[in-house]
Amino acid sequence: MGQITLQQVTKAFGDVEVIPPLDLTVDDGEFVVFVGPSGCGKSTLLRLIAGLEDITSGKILIDGKDASHTPPAKRGLAMVFQSYALYPHMSVRKNIAFPLKMAGLSKAEQDAKVDAAAKVLNLGSYIDRKPGQLSGGQRQRVAIGRAIVREPSAFLFDEPLSNLDAALRVNMRLEISELHNQLGTTMIYVTHDQVEAMTMADKIVVLQAGRIEQVGTPLDLYRRPDNIFVAGFIGSPKMNFITGEAAAREGAHTIGIRPEHLTPSPDGGMMQGRVSVAEHLGSDTFMYVETDQHGTLTVRAGGEVAFRHGDRIGLTPMVEHLHRFDESGQAIR
Amino acid sequence: MATAQSRRLARWMSMPAIIVLLLWMVVPLAMTLYFSFRRYNLNYPDRQGWAGWNNYYYFLTDPAFAAAFQNTLVLVIGVLIITVVGGILLALLLDQPFWGQGIVRVLVIAPFFVMPTVSALVWKNMFMNPVNGLFAHAAQAVGLQPIDFLGHHPLSSIVGIVAWAWLPFATLILLTALQSLDREQIEASEMDGAGFGARFFYIILPHMTRSITVVILIQTIFLLGIYAEILVTTNGGPGTQSMNLPYLIAVTTTQQDVGGAAAGGVIAIILANIVAIFLMRMIGKNLES
Ligand SMILES: Nc1ncnc2c1ncn2[C@@H]1O[C@H](COP(=O)(O)OP(=O)(O)O)[C@@H](O)[C@H]1O
Ligand SMILES: [Mg+2]
Repeated sequence: MGQITLQQVTKAFGDVEVIPPLDLTVDDGEFVVFVGPSGCGKSTLLRLIAGLEDITSGKILIDGKDASHTPPAKRGLAMVFQSYALYPHMSVRKNIAFPLKMAGLSKAEQDAKVDAAAKVLNLGSYIDRKPGQLSGGQRQRVAIGRAIVREPSAFLFDEPLSNLDAALRVNMRLEISELHNQLGTTMIYVTHDQVEAMTMADKIVVLQAGRIEQVGTPLDLYRRPDNIFVAGFIGSPKMNFITGEAAAREGAHTIGIRPEHLTPSPDGGMMQGRVSVAEHLGSDTFMYVETDQHGTLTVRAGGEVAFRHGDRIGLTPMVEHLHRFDESGQAIR
Repeated sequence: MATAQSRRLARWMSMPAIIVLLLWMVVPLAMTLYFSFRRYNLNYPDRQGWAGWNNYYYFLTDPAFAAAFQNTLVLVIGVLIITVVGGILLALLLDQPFWGQGIVRVLVIAPFFVMPTVSALVWKNMFMNPVNGLFAHAAQAVGLQPIDFLGHHPLSSIVGIVAWAWLPFATLILLTALQSLDREQIEASEMDGAGFGARFFYIILPHMTRSITVVILIQTIFLLGIYAEILVTTNGGPGTQSMNLPYLIAVTTTQQDVGGAAAGGVIAIILANIVAIFLMRMIGKNLES
């Protein structure tokens, strides 16, 4: 079991309210990602759930029971820290066995569980080394190992991949997703990287300045963003926004169109412009087009598109993918 | 790591310093060794020549030597235990956030800046004096017999005085170690279910071992040579109860026996080296990263 409910939870450091009243439910077995720009309160929220920070007001329920003031160790949650927080003077085996030892398990039980975790995570070859002798990815695995042996009701990850290089990050992303499929345990995962959020989450929670902007499945957020912030944050490259007359014609203050929903053509089109930069990635082509009417727009086209720097082209938006927003930035539906 | 050329250059560049240090050490050592085999007493300038092992024989068989040897060890070990344990506790305390932290930290460091002779005199006259001392007054106030600290417990009293002076040093180094401990490690152990005791023994103490080792090694070097505190408080007495090796060597010198004192010095060097080897064997591996 691992259902977590936040009811009107707030957090203030001194006079500064970092989390205004917030409600959220994480269902059992779900993979939930908190995503938002740096400093928006993702880590604080995670630490409130873990019990490493006291909530200022509100309630946290774990499996229906009030855990607002339960000490961290008693909440049955395991956390993987950004810096891994391995104990440097203990071997990998001892690191993983530490929570079991604290729980008072016998040596034989500890060994059995550590061996099982080592097998799941392929730690076998370096189980007797110290953390200082491991690479970043290996440390990450050990930190996850230390979390899974406790058989927690939910895992909490705080930007676990941010210290890894790009290739390793893609690998670990897959491994964590696989681990989730294998264990079926609730996972709450914090990141500022929307790609991680989109690829891993069952449910994404978009945060800004401590407030929840939108909750939904990755495709929900991509297709039907509730407001400009979510529309701009989810999706890469970013959505193009156009204000003024063109927006007013659509009955909106701002209209948004994703780069992949603009069709380039050698001539004609609804807008005209000059290609300032064209990035040919093989599979895709990203173009930054200085339009005559609406400033610079980003366009994503297929890899076979051959426009280059300086070409004049036409652009036609797919009207069914147009997003409309009012003055306050809320979506008009 | 480095090329052969840069290593050769490094050797040449460090040569002058090494030579100066070598001379600095070798010349006095050679002179001490030379005098320790000479008959050389300022009271009897006419008795000269080689003494063979006599100086060593007389120094080692002096009944004061055994006492001084034992007292030296008691002094070093006693002060080490008090300063390391006390330093850890104080560091844990000072690491907590509280009002006036800055001032309290300065106050804690203060004893280190007091000269050994001054602090020993203050302890002797203002605190431990059996008639006028504060401790005597305190004892009388609660109806107890005042204790004559330096008269009846000279060695323990000196251990106390020296420990008081060295406690700030240990506290400072251990506090720095404590502050460099990663917060996330503490939080991880908290989530892993470690209470305060477990956290201290499994996380905090192992993190501090290197600093504790440094404290022990540095203090041992200085504590083996304690002299001023003994001079101004007990003069090594009563009898030889608070006499340590440096003090015994000094006494030999004041008897104008340069040869005997030199022999004592050589013996002290050998004993200090034995202690050093012993210490390095025991805790030196903590210094390897
Ligand atoms: N212990 C603290 N004391 C005061 N302010 C804090 C503390 N921890 C975090 N904050 C503030 O709370 C805000 C959110 O921080 P954090 O949750 O770490 O953001 P994120 O993880 O999303 O980058 C930041 O503005 C930060 O300065
Ligand atoms: Mg953070």
